[in-house]
Amino acid sequence: MEMHALSGGFADPAIEAAHAFRAALDAMARPGRINRLSGACPPAPLSPAAGALLLTLCDDTTPLFLAAALLTPALVDWIAFHTAAPLCPPEEALFALGRWEDLPLDQFRIGTPDYPDRSVTLIVEMAALTPPNARLRGPGIETHQDARLPAIAPFTANRARFPLGFDCYFCAAEGVTALPRSTRVEAF
Amino acid sequence: MSEGYSFAYLDAATKRMIRRALLKALAVPGYQVPFASREMPMPYGWGTGGVQVTAACLIPEDVLKVIDQGADDTTNAVSIRRFFERTAGVATTTRTTEASVIQTRHRIPEAALTERQILVYQVPIPEPLRFLEPREAETRRMHALADYGLMHVKLYEDIARHGAIATSYAYPVLVEGRYVMDPSPIPKFDNPKLSGCPAIQLFGAGREARIHALPPYTRVVSLDFEDHPFVPSKADAACDLCGAEASYLDEVITDDAGGRMFCCSDTDFCAGRCAAGHAGRLSEGRA
Repeated sequence: MEMHALSGGFADPAIEAAHAFRAALDAMARPGRINRLSGACPPAPLSPAAGALLLTLCDDTTPLFLAAALLTPALVDWIAFHTAAPLCPPEEALFALGRWEDLPLDQFRIGTPDYPDRSVTLIVEMAALTPPNARLRGPGIETHQDARLPAIAPFTANRARFPLGFDCYFCAAEGVTALPRSTRVEAF
Repeated sequence: MSEGYSFAYLDAATKRMIRRALLKALAVPGYQVPFASREMPMPYGWGTGGVQVTAACLIPEDVLKVIDQGADDTTNAVSIRRFFERTAGVATTTRTTEASVIQTRHRIPEAALTERQILVYQVPIPEPLRFLEPREAETRRMHALADYGLMHVKLYEDIARHGAIATSYAYPVLVEGRYVMDPSPIPKFDNPKLSGCPAIQLFGAGREARIHALPPYTRVVSLDFEDHPFVPSKADAACDLCGAEASYLDEVITDDAGGRMFCCSDTDFCAGRCAAGHAGRLSEGRA
């Protein structure tokens, strides 16, 4: 393990994780709205926002799927040291991390009718969270909210099978937005 | 803040577990997410679920308000407020408008909530179907199938027996047209405030180990029938301290001769009105 794997975590874990969670909570409660997630310095190419989500939500009880492009020794070591999350195939993942085109959407868990919460949360790396290309409606949104999504059709399909489905975070630099399965999505 | 406590009492692994449950609860509004509820330094029934949710959400900059049946000055509210003063070092307040996190037992504050606030409910029995169907496996299946006929039968039997829906608290609601939810035993007077609320609403049931949530502006409809519409009722009186006619009232017995008074259940709301010069039947200088 390289020494740099040991750095880049939260400087004050309890406090910074609390701040990061509040941003993550607010993002999930208000789909499409951009929040700031800082405090983590993960190895490239991972964004600070995605790093902060991992530090806040992942541990040895949450199997994590890493897209192939992220399977670099530096990042694998960093995740192992800071979260201890076991890496796993997509079928077992509670969290999945990668660029949109690298995530095998049809292989992830979407929950069961009895336990819709037993589903994956996707942490999607984006080039940017603007300009918007989709109009969102649903819980958490007063009228409508415009947001940047990597695609439209998969999210329409995801909404159609509610209450089953996956939930997403989109990360770019220190910015984060969320899209829960409950949101109705249309292109504009 | 006392030395020797992790911020907000809970250890890091427990907070992550609760936080993951909270996010799934927001993603599926009204669905009860199981979580590994911990023993807290207070008995079940005293808000262990709400305390765990609050602990998982708090940041040092928060201003915390805790109410019990609307009151800031009851044992439960005072001790939970002191608990977080000691273990998280957060500021506390009794003013609804100044609070960023409000933990509540069985009331929604009278003052309108805002987007920068989180309302955390203490929940005793999160399962709305539990008294109709005791088996967890069955109620879980009923939620999966959105099979809520039994709940409508219960409300119908109320009408058949009493001429009206007699359920006055813990009145069941339908969330975004999918899940029937118990809004914790708030009076049905508060039910309309659940819907379209700008604040995040989180529900924690400690003994039953369930978390559920309503994102802001979620559509929440109280169950009813076309010919027996839902009515958010309250005592037909005005507050005897501040004169408010539209707030939820507690009835207080004042002597052994049948004397009684009504006062606002929301103490902050009532004190604010009194300070602004409103007066009721028993206000000083009138009675």
